[in-house]
Amino acid sequence: MAEYIATIGLEIHAHIKTASKMFDGCAAAYAGAEPNTFVSVVSLGLPGSLPVVNQRAVELAARSGLALNCTVNERSVFSRKSYPYPDLPKGYQISQYDEPLCSDGWVEIRTAAGEVRRIGIERLHIEEDTGRLVHAADDSSLIDYNRSGVPLMEIVSRPDLRTPEEARLYFEKIRQLLVWIDVNSGNLEDGALRCDANVSVRPAGQERYGAKVEVKNINSFRFVERAVAYEIQRQIRVLDGGGVVEQETRGWDELRGETVGQRTKEFAHDYRYFPEPDIPPLVLSAAWIAERRAELPELPDARRARFEAVYGLSAQDADLLTSERPIADYYEAAVAAAQAVGGSAKDVANWVLNEGFRLLKERGESAAQLAERMPPAHVATLIELVARGSINRGVARQLFEESFNSGAEPGRLVAERGLTQISDSDALVAVAREVIAANPKVVAEYRGGKVTAIQFLVGQMMRATRGQANPQVARALLEAELGSL
Amino acid sequence: MALSSQEVAHVARLARLRLSAEELERMRSQLSNILDYIAMLQEVNVDGVPPTAQVTDLVTVMRPDEVTTGLTREQALANAPDQREGMFRVKPVFDA
Repeated sequence: MAEYIATIGLEIHAHIKTASKMFDGCAAAYAGAEPNTFVSVVSLGLPGSLPVVNQRAVELAARSGLALNCTVNERSVFSRKSYPYPDLPKGYQISQYDEPLCSDGWVEIRTAAGEVRRIGIERLHIEEDTGRLVHAADDSSLIDYNRSGVPLMEIVSRPDLRTPEEARLYFEKIRQLLVWIDVNSGNLEDGALRCDANVSVRPAGQERYGAKVEVKNINSFRFVERAVAYEIQRQIRVLDGGGVVEQETRGWDELRGETVGQRTKEFAHDYRYFPEPDIPPLVLSAAWIAERRAELPELPDARRARFEAVYGLSAQDADLLTSERPIADYYEAAVAAAQAVGGSAKDVANWVLNEGFRLLKERGESAAQLAERMPPAHVATLIELVARGSINRGVARQLFEESFNSGAEPGRLVAERGLTQISDSDALVAVAREVIAANPKVVAEYRGGKVTAIQFLVGQMMRATRGQANPQVARALLEAELGSL
Repeated sequence: MALSSQEVAHVARLARLRLSAEELERMRSQLSNILDYIAMLQEVNVDGVPPTAQVTDLVTVMRPDEVTTGLTREQALANAPDQREGMFRVKPVFDA
């Protein structure tokens, strides 16, 4: 069996977060609305209607291009792309063709094996989304135009991806960036972000690319990995069998776990682009582009590197704490508060990653809710209480959870409940004696040489004091008592 | 410039027109005449003139991202020849 090389490129479609549609003031927030209630003369393509470009959409698309290391072109042009299906009622889609808004960018992905790969981005252009077609039981189609005209960016990668894993990582990276810079909701279930994968396979050593197959309608990270993996194997099977891979469009069928050839769209590729006569070219000044650049926040890769360098975090922790911008912002706010009371950045990382992430996950809540649930100042208070010896770590963990649930200030909980750690030997010695008296078997084991048995007794003391005993003091007292008997 | 019958058939299909053989031949002749007439433009020397799709000289016409009132569903569907459940009803469409 010959060795093969796979070549993969992704085309990602992302809604642009605007209030109104791309070419008129019709509201864009159609999700969940009754069919055809978010429509206008422009989104229905009625004769005589005039499309006018949404300035915010251009700003956000340019911001996206800059975040993807693209050049924002000072001149770009809208074009009509012929489209024969009724989900766009004009008979064409307004898009950009030979002069897109942004060109020539890249992003970096890191594979599980630790390899960093730079993936080229050919272009980012603006277009409009189509309406939604519903297939009716009587074999007719019903059309809802609410989505028609919603602003979209299409981000086209270069064919630099080599494996299904890389395709997934690249898609995830684009999502992370677009959500980070607040241009897209990142919601794959709603179709706010989706992708098509171009996959070709060629024998190792062959220069020329194999026939390109486009796999459409991929709306999850898992699916992109599975669909690309399936398609690579399918093409290899065809080639190994002496066959020829057809250039075609296939769809990903999640239920069957395979790509399925789609009936070829008649003249699907006869797009007959021509410049949109209703929309003058976009000419953007260098100053305008510089303003867009100035709007960019520190991006995830830079922030991750800074977290490692400044806070001494491991690459893995820094990665987790920069997965989403609200998490990174939260972490830094908590570090500032903790450092003011003598806590360390590492302590904060541990609290956020262990307790914070666990509780969010248990409650199925998003990262954005962490700051609301557990204000950064509360984390700092807990760290301070532990450092002062007022409470032990076990109590601190309970308080974190309580504070997270109720919003109560941890210092107040300690005062109200009398949870202050008991480090006073006089107060604890009686407890130690009781525990020893109540557990003769364990005591015998300890005396018989099983030194670890003392842990059980420490645990009993913690229980008897509702977690308030200072564990080090408790252990020392037990050892002293057991030694003196 | 004479068009071939295949070219006319292709254009007719893109326009979703069904032409009889006789209509096809008539269109071929008429379209060829129109193209010949337009071809006179080719005599103009355009060396050094950049192509344009615009005659207004306007650039960068944009509007603020503000929501305006659209159409009601009743208005939207008023001209629809066929509708169901608040949607436009059409012949079945493969793969959207």
